Amino acid sequence: MTSVLETPVVLPDDPRPIASGALRRPVRTDGFWSWITSVDHKRVGIMYGVTAMTFFVIGGFEALLIRLQLAAPNGRILDANAYNQVFTMHGTTMVFLVVMPLGAAFMNYLIPLQVGARDVAFPRLNALSYWTFLFGGLFLYSSVFLGGMPNGGWFGYAPNTSIVFSPGHNIDFWIGGLLITGIASTVGAVNLIVTCLNLRAPGMGLFRMPVFTWMSLVTQFLLLFALPVITIALFLLMFDRNFGANFFNPANGGDPVLWQHLFWLFGHPEVYIMIMPAFGIVSEVIPVFSRKPIFGYKVMVFSGIAIGFMGWGVWVHHMFAAGLGPVSVTAFSISTMFIAVPTGVKIFNWIGTMWKGSLWFTSALMFAIGEVAMFTIGGLSGVTHSVSPHDRQQTDTYYVVAHFHYVLFGGAVFGIFAGIYFWYPKVFGQLLDEKLGKIHFWLFFIGFNLTFGPHHILGLQGMPRRIYTYPTGTGWDFWNMMSTIGSFIIAAGLLVFFANVRKTDRRHKRDHLTVEADPWDARSLEWSIPSPAPAYNFIEAPEVHAVDDWWHRKYTEDEDGRMLRLDGFDKVKAGAEVRLKPGQSVHLPSPSYYPIIAAASLFLAMYGVVYGRSAGANYVITGLGVLLLVCTLIAWGLEPPTEPHDALADPDADRLLGLTPAGPAQGELGRGDSAEEQPALAGGPKAGPSSKGEAG
Amino acid sequence: MAAVAVEHGAEPADPAGHQAEVHDRAHPPTNTGISNEKLAMWAFLGSECLLFGALISTFFLYRSRAPLGTVKPHDVYDIPFTSVSSFILLMSSLTMVLGLSAFNHADTRRAMVWLSATALLGATFLGGQIYEFTVFIRQGMTLKTNPASSAFYVLTGFHGTHVALGVIMLLTLVTLIKKGRLTPERAETVEIAGLYWHFVDIVWVVVFTVVYLLPL
Repeated sequence: MTSVLETPVVLPDDPRPIASGALRRPVRTDGFWSWITSVDHKRVGIMYGVTAMTFFVIGGFEALLIRLQLAAPNGRILDANAYNQVFTMHGTTMVFLVVMPLGAAFMNYLIPLQVGARDVAFPRLNALSYWTFLFGGLFLYSSVFLGGMPNGGWFGYAPNTSIVFSPGHNIDFWIGGLLITGIASTVGAVNLIVTCLNLRAPGMGLFRMPVFTWMSLVTQFLLLFALPVITIALFLLMFDRNFGANFFNPANGGDPVLWQHLFWLFGHPEVYIMIMPAFGIVSEVIPVFSRKPIFGYKVMVFSGIAIGFMGWGVWVHHMFAAGLGPVSVTAFSISTMFIAVPTGVKIFNWIGTMWKGSLWFTSALMFAIGEVAMFTIGGLSGVTHSVSPHDRQQTDTYYVVAHFHYVLFGGAVFGIFAGIYFWYPKVFGQLLDEKLGKIHFWLFFIGFNLTFGPHHILGLQGMPRRIYTYPTGTGWDFWNMMSTIGSFIIAAGLLVFFANVRKTDRRHKRDHLTVEADPWDARSLEWSIPSPAPAYNFIEAPEVHAVDDWWHRKYTEDEDGRMLRLDGFDKVKAGAEVRLKPGQSVHLPSPSYYPIIAAASLFLAMYGVVYGRSAGANYVITGLGVLLLVCTLIAWGLEPPTEPHDALADPDADRLLGLTPAGPAQGELGRGDSAEEQPALAGGPKAGPSSKGEAG
Repeated sequence: MAAVAVEHGAEPADPAGHQAEVHDRAHPPTNTGISNEKLAMWAFLGSECLLFGALISTFFLYRSRAPLGTVKPHDVYDIPFTSVSSFILLMSSLTMVLGLSAFNHADTRRAMVWLSATALLGATFLGGQIYEFTVFIRQGMTLKTNPASSAFYVLTGFHGTHVALGVIMLLTLVTLIKKGRLTPERAETVEIAGLYWHFVDIVWVVVFTVVYLLPL
């Protein structure tokens, strides 16, 4: 046993049944190793967020390099090859290592809290998702030191990415990295879908779930069905490159359009995968700061579902220039116009929510309004793309670049920052500085529009995408310079954000500030527990009676629809601050070494695939990786998700808690062991015996 | 409490708040009434549909794409042989059901026999596939020959990999039952492995039809 000084919580002094797996159960609850082995959805969410933010800085740095290169004609900062690598990795990073995992960070942290669960359905699989994502990102970026980064664009069009035109290992790293991150997202999708469908608190019907959870559920279904398609595309490309197959080899009858279909059949749902979490965040932020319920809750949910379905029927609008013939172009033009309808419904509903609300202009609301406005602009230029003659004109110009940055930066990133300002107190127990937050917003807003607004004009002037330099006399100089200036304003905004995080942390530590459970007077369940959220989430499963249940515990309405505080308002608010008392314990899923080992074995295996192309002997590495993976998974299956004796109490209490081995939760846990139900059920597939057996 | 209209009976299955039925296998205390593990398997199989869907579409696109003079899949098929191995794989679904049924009735010995039989039938199918591949290669059709052959090997090989994983899964289950680590109370584990196995079989029905039986 580790010393008491190092661990605030000491686990029962019993010999762990090592037989259940090859490794002993990790026991630390704080420090570095506790994060490595953690299966707590909140910690996994934080790790997702911090990692993705790091990649955001890297991807942002690549963007600045691109803008510096293009600031003036005949730029010399990067040569053509370096430029290809930088823009490829900028796109790949921002899509797969920033926006998707930032969405995953919010979903991991918030879904269990919003549905009133103890954790996700499969806590260890959740950790596996994170580690796989991290290792996928590291794999991609390890190419910097191993012969150069991927250089075929984030879309990796074959046969440009085939071995004839890309003989180096650059593309192999791209294939491997995306395959690994794809596994991360698929595992996460299965996990979060089951969480949403199966672990809702009593009374939390599907149509009482917060809009964020709903949008997350739609996102996870999109991930579940979209990722296998790109996985196959990547596999086929890998077989072409490594084993001489002919899928994308035109010389032997292969069809380049197949790649485009497979890629965009994934790629378009992917667009919604990136934007839907932001839609969900904005749908949470706007009602809270408008002091009104969301306008048209069900319409909001159904339009999200409609987008999820229709997102599968528009992919060919990425291929209008591929020569598919008038029938398919017309059909996909029409479907693309149609998908604007549910999206437009959402925008009107957000406006309807703010209409006549008493708006509280926090940084979070400003980012949310920024998201709605910027996404609308991006959506409108999107509609112009659905007009295929217009699209034909704009294909491969900066007009397209302008469009997708308005939806993905103006839409997704603004939405994500709205979420960061909104949930920061719940996650870290600190309130970000509002003044710096507003400076951040305005720098982002001005910088963003200055960077990407001019791209519309440049595109209409005919400036092509993906060129590493352009000659003088094209008339593109002025707007390119403006765009570069704008990009540095965005970078300044991001620095202000980091300064804000640092300042906030210092201020809270210096003055020993704490944050109340519900600082924004908000609506959903995560605000009914202390800030930062304790390890066990809810002391007992909340009982839900309405949409925005937490709000309805505090407020009611009079006949004229005016908001009235309920008599018990103060008592309800105080109830949110209650933590576990000494002597109480809650069963939580136990930490595990296996997720990170399984992820590392994939990482290893993929190097074998990359280098197997140069020497067949290197496939031995793949074999070793797969063998390690299989062994890990078997050991994982034998390790019960929750050790019967593992009761982790609130680490925030920072003291020893009386742990009653194998006993039911005691003391004031009102409804007996009801609070223990969910972790007992939670676990990996075919996992060990349910700990519930001992708890009853 | 809330002064809003409270909708009663919105949820048919009463979730975790009520504790009684944890051991009742028929009604796991989840919102859907389906256990987490089983729901996860269904979701995963949904994802797998798209995986095979993409491969089958690719095969459809390429099945007759072969430069003149090169051997394409339809030139080398041995339909009677593949029919027999398909039949063997389909019979493994029957033994899987028998194994689960025995385990549900706490007949561990018979369950082990049937699950082993399932693994054996799966392995026989795999053996047939490997034999078939070697014959095809000897007849001059390799992965590199043309897009049709590439699509054929990758699709059927991908399916074979799934069967192989299933065999490993089944053998693990048999070992666990033998060691007493998996008891009939948790028969659902076998049921979930069975879902995967049946799925792989059903995919083969589609693959056999589309790849082998449909004429060019």
